[in-house]
Amino acid sequence: MSHPTYEPIVDATGAVHAPHGGAPLLQVRDLQVEFMTNTGPVQAVRGANLTVYPGQSVAIVGESGSGKSTTAHAVIDLLPGTGKVTGGSIVFDGKDITHASAKEMVEVRGRQIGLVPQDPMSNLNPVWKIGFQVKEALKANGIATGKDADRRVAELLAEAGLPDAERRANQYPHEFSGGMRQRALIAIGLAARPKLLIADEPTSALDVTVQRVILDHLEGLTQQLGTAVLFITHDLGLAAERAEHLVVMYRGQVVESGPSRKILADPQHPYTQRLVAAAPSLASRRIQSAKERGVESTELLATTGGEGARRSDEVVKVENLTKVFQIRGNRPGQTTEFKAVDDVSFSIKRGTTTALVGESGSGKSTVANIVLNLLDPTEGKVYFDGTDLSTLDAKELFTFRRRVQPIFQNPYGSLDPMYSIYRTIEEPLRVHKVGDRKSREKRVRELLDMVALPASTMRRFPAELSGGQRQRIAIARALALEPEVIVCDEAVSALDVLVQAQILTLLNDLQAELGLSYLFITHDLAVVRQIADEVCVMKTGQVVEAATTDEVFDNPRQPYTRELLAAIPGARLEVFGEGIEDLPA
Amino acid sequence: MPETPTRPDQQHFFAQLDETPVGVVDSVDESAAPASVWKDAWHQLRRRPMFWVATLLIAVIVVVALFPQWFTSVDPKACDLSNSSLPPSAGHPFGFNFQGCDIYARTIYGARPSVTVGVLTTVVVVLIGAVVGAIAGFYGKWFDSILSRVTDIFFAIPFVLAAIVIMSVLYNQRGILTVVIVLGVFGWPQIARITRGAVLSVKNSDFVTAAKALGASRASTLVRHIMPNSAAPIIVYATVALGTFIVAEATLSFLGIGLPQSVVSWGGDISDAQRRLRANPVELFYPAAALALTVLSFIMMGDVVRDALDPKARKR
Repeated sequence: MSHPTYEPIVDATGAVHAPHGGAPLLQVRDLQVEFMTNTGPVQAVRGANLTVYPGQSVAIVGESGSGKSTTAHAVIDLLPGTGKVTGGSIVFDGKDITHASAKEMVEVRGRQIGLVPQDPMSNLNPVWKIGFQVKEALKANGIATGKDADRRVAELLAEAGLPDAERRANQYPHEFSGGMRQRALIAIGLAARPKLLIADEPTSALDVTVQRVILDHLEGLTQQLGTAVLFITHDLGLAAERAEHLVVMYRGQVVESGPSRKILADPQHPYTQRLVAAAPSLASRRIQSAKERGVESTELLATTGGEGARRSDEVVKVENLTKVFQIRGNRPGQTTEFKAVDDVSFSIKRGTTTALVGESGSGKSTVANIVLNLLDPTEGKVYFDGTDLSTLDAKELFTFRRRVQPIFQNPYGSLDPMYSIYRTIEEPLRVHKVGDRKSREKRVRELLDMVALPASTMRRFPAELSGGQRQRIAIARALALEPEVIVCDEAVSALDVLVQAQILTLLNDLQAELGLSYLFITHDLAVVRQIADEVCVMKTGQVVEAATTDEVFDNPRQPYTRELLAAIPGARLEVFGEGIEDLPA
Repeated sequence: MPETPTRPDQQHFFAQLDETPVGVVDSVDESAAPASVWKDAWHQLRRRPMFWVATLLIAVIVVVALFPQWFTSVDPKACDLSNSSLPPSAGHPFGFNFQGCDIYARTIYGARPSVTVGVLTTVVVVLIGAVVGAIAGFYGKWFDSILSRVTDIFFAIPFVLAAIVIMSVLYNQRGILTVVIVLGVFGWPQIARITRGAVLSVKNSDFVTAAKALGASRASTLVRHIMPNSAAPIIVYATVALGTFIVAEATLSFLGIGLPQSVVSWGGDISDAQRRLRANPVELFYPAAALALTVLSFIMMGDVVRDALDPKARKR
């Protein structure tokens, strides 16, 4: 390829990095990692190459099972269980650490390479104070002891963006929110001033707005300290926004790597192309142009206006819904009230999709459960097709169940593991005594075909299927009784992007075909852009903004909505987006 | 915007497609054999030698218990004092005890009451425990509170001690059925507790909510979804408990308050033999060994079944 050039490097923010003599900090060559399983060795990583320069940010992107975390963990010799590096080399700071002894690795870990783990909820020891756990990192690396260490702990926590750090250091992890815990973990990761920080899905478990604040802070901090960052993420938008160099992994192999913008603008490998096309965070910015090209719009029109000027009646109408939960108070017998849903009103027009968007704790799932009549509202009414749900008797409720069906978030929990796929899909038919054995089997075949799964899936059990397939089964089950409304509670949140895109397309097609109405509950605004006609943005139990999707995205009125929109990873890549169009084809 | 200059090793790279074929997103492997939780468990069990050893032992014990006459033609109750403490001889491989009974025949015939008590008690305990535990876990509220207190009370009473007290009261009604009922009465709280826990953990699963949302009644949800998913821990506990019930029966018989003298049982024989331990130790050895082997085989079975069914050990 081209000759090495040693010009100053300009990153996305315009900051100039002095070239560090051109020597890479981390160089992974032809890395092979194997896991021993009952059925023999399985190659988790096959010939991965990766280079990180001092002070640079690099991201490994891939879906679950692509080997991205395994690669990173191989670097710091923290492979779980039976994992073993079977080939290739890992050179860190000029030293080959591929087969370093356990003792040598202890030296490298923490002091040279820091790690920010994925799940802030389980990666802090609940019985020790936060300060103690940061101090542990200092002690283990011989940085500071005694009084010095205490002072340093407060400094580190403050540096990681924790307000009132000295007092916070004396608190336990359960007193911290998810974002604060992640900050504490960042403080631990950076305690020994490592040259490289591995951030393994550092914010995947956090709300988008928190995610953005934390990533901004991490970026600023590592730039200031000159720390190189290796991001592991499933989110292409986030990766492209935060890293200058991308490594795309697929089934244990690096399929494409290069400068972030180049990969986004001009993906070469078919897998990367798919990934770029499917990334919701990027697509949401592009759907507009796709619409203009008239590709998406016909589909959208078919969805909303198909079947000859659809009746514009409201199939579900929610009025002044309030739900108050009684929570155990401080003293025995005492209860405090918690308003999960506060005066929420909205409606779903027949054949359209209304999305409820909000972060965790916004009360969106409670609303979903009330609409499904699985939970009684404290106040307010839900009308389904003009009937007040609270007036239904047992028989009417049974009929109502036929007409409104749910799809849940976790495809691993929503299917009974003891039921074959056939029994799972047949269950609603059996419960409602629809048809005889033969006609039910025919219907199950039809439904499987509808969700694009072969009829042979019938004999299988949920454990054998992937997340996306299970979600298809859940959709088939929901469709079995030909409902009018489907409540999708985070129905695509647990899926990898490509699968997510497929399921969204499937839901869209089914809506056009069967005239379904969706209530779509999600935390992900990017997904909303792809599927919803109307959006209600919820915050702490209240609807803060309700409008059509285009209006909310193009013209958000509330600051909170704007904040949510800005927090979509990749949203700021708009600059790139324009840049992409400028690039010669 | 100008293009960022790339550093060595960081040029735009992409793998050749023939080296990295892109699979169909989310395809179903149509050729694989269908598998369920039970089939998975069976696959795991099949490969454990311990499972086969336990199965073989249990099979032999059950056959002996059902058809003792196939293994000996000697009547265990036909004792002749002239044979007292005689060493092994042709047709009497283990010799005779103090009363002049054939030890081999008594060991063989002793299997039936032990296995009967073990199996029946387990059935009684599982029936009561599973029903009570399931109702408590599923319907909760006041029934759950009462049940939890009742189990606490039963837990506070040592199992064998309680059985001793009750059996001494029922001294004149001693028999297999009495022992089963007494052991059952004090044995069910453990199973009820396990069932309650399993039901509670399954109760809030999405698939239960899904069943509710499609109109299935509460009772049918409990029977069709929750119980099958709670079965594994119950089965594991029941297999291990079977062994402990056999021990409990032997303990009671040893103390003379279990099975009556008229029933040939290992516990009774061990009790008789202990007085002659120094003079004729084999008299104690054979019934004790038979008892130990039986209990061991059931506990071994429980162990491997647990490994196969434990959700934590389960893959995926």
